[in-house]
Amino acid sequence: MQSLQQSDAFGTSVEWVGFDNFLSLWRDDTYLASFKTTAIFSSLVAGLGISISLLLAFFADRIVRGAWVYRSLLILPYAVAPVVAGVLWLFLFSPSVGLASYVLEQWGVRWNILLNSNHAMTLIVIAAVWKQISYNFLFFLAGFQSIPKSLIEAAAIDGAGVWRRFWTIQFPLLTPTTFFLLVVNTVYAFFETFGVVDATTKGGPGKDTAILIYKVYFDGFKAMDLGGSAAQSVVLMLIVIGLTVLQFRYIERKVNY
Amino acid sequence: MMGRHRLLDALSHLVLCIGVLITVFPIYVALVGASHTAQEMAQSPIPLWFGHETWNNLKTVLWGEGPGVTTQVPVYRMLWVSCVTAISIAVGKIIISLLSAFAIVYFRFPFRKAVFWGIFVTLMLPVEVRIVPTYQVIADFHMVNSFAGLTIPLIASATATFLFRQFFLTVPDELAEASKMDGATPMRFFWDVLLPLSRTTIAALFVIQFIYGWNQYLWPLLISTEERMYPIVMGIRSMTAGADSQVQWNLVMATALLALLPPLLVVLCMQKWFIKGLVDTEK
Repeated sequence: MQSLQQSDAFGTSVEWVGFDNFLSLWRDDTYLASFKTTAIFSSLVAGLGISISLLLAFFADRIVRGAWVYRSLLILPYAVAPVVAGVLWLFLFSPSVGLASYVLEQWGVRWNILLNSNHAMTLIVIAAVWKQISYNFLFFLAGFQSIPKSLIEAAAIDGAGVWRRFWTIQFPLLTPTTFFLLVVNTVYAFFETFGVVDATTKGGPGKDTAILIYKVYFDGFKAMDLGGSAAQSVVLMLIVIGLTVLQFRYIERKVNY
Repeated sequence: MMGRHRLLDALSHLVLCIGVLITVFPIYVALVGASHTAQEMAQSPIPLWFGHETWNNLKTVLWGEGPGVTTQVPVYRMLWVSCVTAISIAVGKIIISLLSAFAIVYFRFPFRKAVFWGIFVTLMLPVEVRIVPTYQVIADFHMVNSFAGLTIPLIASATATFLFRQFFLTVPDELAEASKMDGATPMRFFWDVLLPLSRTTIAALFVIQFIYGWNQYLWPLLISTEERMYPIVMGIRSMTAGADSQVQWNLVMATALLALLPPLLVVLCMQKWFIKGLVDTEK
């Protein structure tokens, strides 16, 4: 793999350019801007996705009757392809026929994802989070259910309220899950959301929603700058390896306690 | 033991209902959208209740005939492509990772640890990161626009190998020793002992990988340059490519339904395996 990447750092003309591709990336303002976009996007996706699903899982864990109905319905989005998720939400938010944009218009918001980059960003975040909620939800639910009931009961007998029980028992016990999901969600936001972005905004308006992976694709296969694109791949790869190592050191630690 | 609070229970249901509403609403709108004519869908706001055109719309997109069809290839062909790729990715992945996990766990050979980590680090990388070099390899092999090109790069993945490794480690050594005493060859042990034991794991993995394969997008985008080899997920994309007002939303939604139905059914029907697979794969 690594060697493949290295040999790819030849330009389109077969010429050894060394680290020039990387250097030009470093100087490229749009690339740095894309980094910033990605950072905003993935922290929004991971943050929102995790907190919403934690909330849902917390309540789903309490419910005895009808829990499976909720569960079956909540895991539906997992089966939906990112692109399809993008198209569905694009339909809801499309400026001319979208249902959501119609409602927003009634409230006096001029909604146009094609012109307003904040709107475009909101749209891709919503679509990406929507798709990821079910995944997080399942993990949190499994996490909640693996907490021994006796612990909770003991706390209840000691007079701890629901809120207190959550913060002092359940949440600390869920930190491994939360941390794991944080890594997974970040990776998800980095890579798998390509479909969402391509289906809805295509990185626009301008380059305002072009996350890193979209830029790799666009520069490499639309603008035919293979060398630059490969260099971007290497950067991305380093990020993933970093995240994986982080996750692994963490799992090892979990095994120990 | 624990006092149950009425109020809190009500709140739980309320929150969950809102959650369900959010997750289901887009799918519902797609269902409604697919049931109207193009004229009805072009007005704002769009109707919120079902129309009578579902069947016609589905027919139009499936066989690619009738007004408003923009793709040259009917959707049933795309469904076929998606099916073949998804199933071959799932099956191929399971076979390869079963065998490699078997080798890693049960055989002592030089650099075993190194091989394990090699598999691990290289294949953890999602295809998305290595698109440029992978594309070059596939193009050099002349596998563009073929099922081989669509599936082979995606079959290579470490997650499944890792899962099977973890599972094999939990299989007691006594079993391996006992079959050795009985004179079974390693392959025979694999076939008669390990495989039956790992049936549930395989089922769980199949569900996950099927969905993974079905939902692939970026890779087909590069490999399928002819519409003949478009998987359905890509077909949808090309339908919304036009200007906002010209998109035939009723047809797009009908296609979207067709695209999300198979994985949806797999998830719902095999929910138990699915959850097991999901929670296990990542641990």
